[in-house]
Amino acid sequence: MHLMYFTEQPMKDYPQEAGLETGYTSLIMSNKHFNPVDGSRLYNEFLENYIYAEEMGVDGIMLNEHHYAPFCMQAKANVFASILAAVTKRVKIVILGNPLPLTDNPVRLAEELAMIDMVSKGRLVSGFVRGGGQEQLATNTNPAYNRERFQEAHDLIVKAWTVPGPFRWEGKHYHQRVVNPWALPLQQPHPRIWIPGVISAETITWAARNGYPYICLNTSIEDTKKAWARYDEAAAGVGYTPGSEHRGYLIRCHVGETEEKALETARQFLWMDGEFTGRLKPVWASPSGYFSPSLRQNFVEFVAGQSASPTRPRKTFEQQIEDMQIIAGTPAQVTERLRIIMRETRPGIMAFWGNEGRMSQEDARTSIRLLGQEVMPALRETAKELDLKDPFEANMPVSRAFAGSQHAGKAAAE
Amino acid sequence: MTTIDWTSTTISAAGAELHLRRGGKGSPVLVLHRDIGTLDRLDFYDALAAKHEVLIPDHPGYGASPRPEWLMNVRDIAVVYRAMLGTLGLNNAALVGLGFGGWIAAEMATFAPVDTPALVLAGAMGIKPPQGDILDQALISYIEYVQAGFRDVANYAKAFGERPSSEQLVMWDLCREMSFRVAWKPYMYNDTLPQLLTGVRTKPLVIWGDDDKVVPRSAGEVYAKQLHGARMLTIANAGHLIELEQPAALADTINAFLAA
Repeated sequence: MHLMYFTEQPMKDYPQEAGLETGYTSLIMSNKHFNPVDGSRLYNEFLENYIYAEEMGVDGIMLNEHHYAPFCMQAKANVFASILAAVTKRVKIVILGNPLPLTDNPVRLAEELAMIDMVSKGRLVSGFVRGGGQEQLATNTNPAYNRERFQEAHDLIVKAWTVPGPFRWEGKHYHQRVVNPWALPLQQPHPRIWIPGVISAETITWAARNGYPYICLNTSIEDTKKAWARYDEAAAGVGYTPGSEHRGYLIRCHVGETEEKALETARQFLWMDGEFTGRLKPVWASPSGYFSPSLRQNFVEFVAGQSASPTRPRKTFEQQIEDMQIIAGTPAQVTERLRIIMRETRPGIMAFWGNEGRMSQEDARTSIRLLGQEVMPALRETAKELDLKDPFEANMPVSRAFAGSQHAGKAAAE
Repeated sequence: MTTIDWTSTTISAAGAELHLRRGGKGSPVLVLHRDIGTLDRLDFYDALAAKHEVLIPDHPGYGASPRPEWLMNVRDIAVVYRAMLGTLGLNNAALVGLGFGGWIAAEMATFAPVDTPALVLAGAMGIKPPQGDILDQALISYIEYVQAGFRDVANYAKAFGERPSSEQLVMWDLCREMSFRVAWKPYMYNDTLPQLLTGVRTKPLVIWGDDDKVVPRSAGEVYAKQLHGARMLTIANAGHLIELEQPAALADTINAFLAA
């Protein structure tokens, strides 16, 4: 069982009244409200917490990136991944993930990731994502070619990692005269690739066909099961049966000394109006061409402001506690609820989204400590009982394309 | 007003399948619709067809024309239409472009600089405005974008109803996705077009609504300056969607210009 700590790195000290005045807390909310003095302090607090999480026994630190919004200060996951490569010793550095379509030069990403893998002595897990709708606008990436760019960039990066250069790349969206990076990943044949997502059928199917673990991002138990059914079906279609090592799950989870305190603090998971991506125009989250054509009918009503999001229906805090999309309580209470999720959905990878909104640094660290000292040891016992293995324990190949290659990890550097 | 007998056909051109409406009699006029597609019937179309043989295709990937996956820019669309006119034996068609369709028409004129008998551009996109920017639909909803096209927003409800149908929203989304595919960056203009326009020898007319909030008037002034012999006319009480707000004034202006 691979257990990870995650935070969106919230810019919690932005002036709330400015957001209310603008009407939005994303994309067009002026960055004159971003105070680098607060930013400097917060980045360093996040860093302290990552190091603390390693001390408390987590197996991995999960990182991501977003742009132009207070909900996430991390504009480049590879920056924190690079820092963690140097300042941590044991944890996996799990980027979930680099938004591939946003880059115009995937080979540069391949180089950065190879550097992180070497500096960390083979601790990188290199997840890839399509990037949210707003990210396409923030980086001026054409949403209509998002999926094509994702797949082509992925193919180019894996080739750059595994096929000796120089070679030429003439694709549809990417063109490189010479591909020959003098930085290659330490892990062979390449770092593990995990794919996070919410419900996109195309992505789940693509991950399954490639044999990449898929990480459900805080979906309901019911939706998680649907995602696994789809994954299993796609895997069966190409001739294998997935196990827990193919399944990951991210859950908002806050542990406190008392139930009352934990529940009070966990309300911060619904800061900024309960929209974890901030208040936004629906059209920013779902630019035309970005979402699945099979869901066009549902999405157009959302984009026009005539219905709720088809992928993220709004729920109250109480509903989300009830549905176990937010877990909060004492270590014993949290353990009990997480065990239900483990039994119901059988993940080999779990990530705890542990710091959000305006939670104090003290509350964030208390949660990390209680998770590490009390909850995680109990969950590891449960994982043994349920035979839930992560990709490392299962020693699974990095992908179906490299099914014959033994994954060589950290040992290669020692 | 004369009742126009409109027909619809499908025609293949340069690898694209085009849904084409035809109606009226007289000298041929190709009308190129906007980035939001077009309603099937408009008073403006009828008024043009009273004097001309009018052809109104759905652009490839818009409306009822299927998306050619290979098509990646506005010049591709212009080439498709040149091929279509060739197939129909109507290379002598006058070109009338509305907004985004004006950009396509202008590109078509640069391909056939002496063979295009007349070119009418109404609130045409395609040029980087010296002042202001073309309104970016990527940042606003379909409804906000279409509403911005009207001088008087009450005219929006007259054209599309108080609450647009799901079918209309799906259509706007399909059109928007296709516009992104061909004109995402730079958004809605071609930097080389102003120079190429100077080679065109046709009878040109540039028309702008007096309250166009989508394409700044300064872009129209560039068209008028770069197109040899062009005039720029303003239609009163009209936003960007002139054919919906002032259909008779627009049709009369174009009919008179083509007859002159």
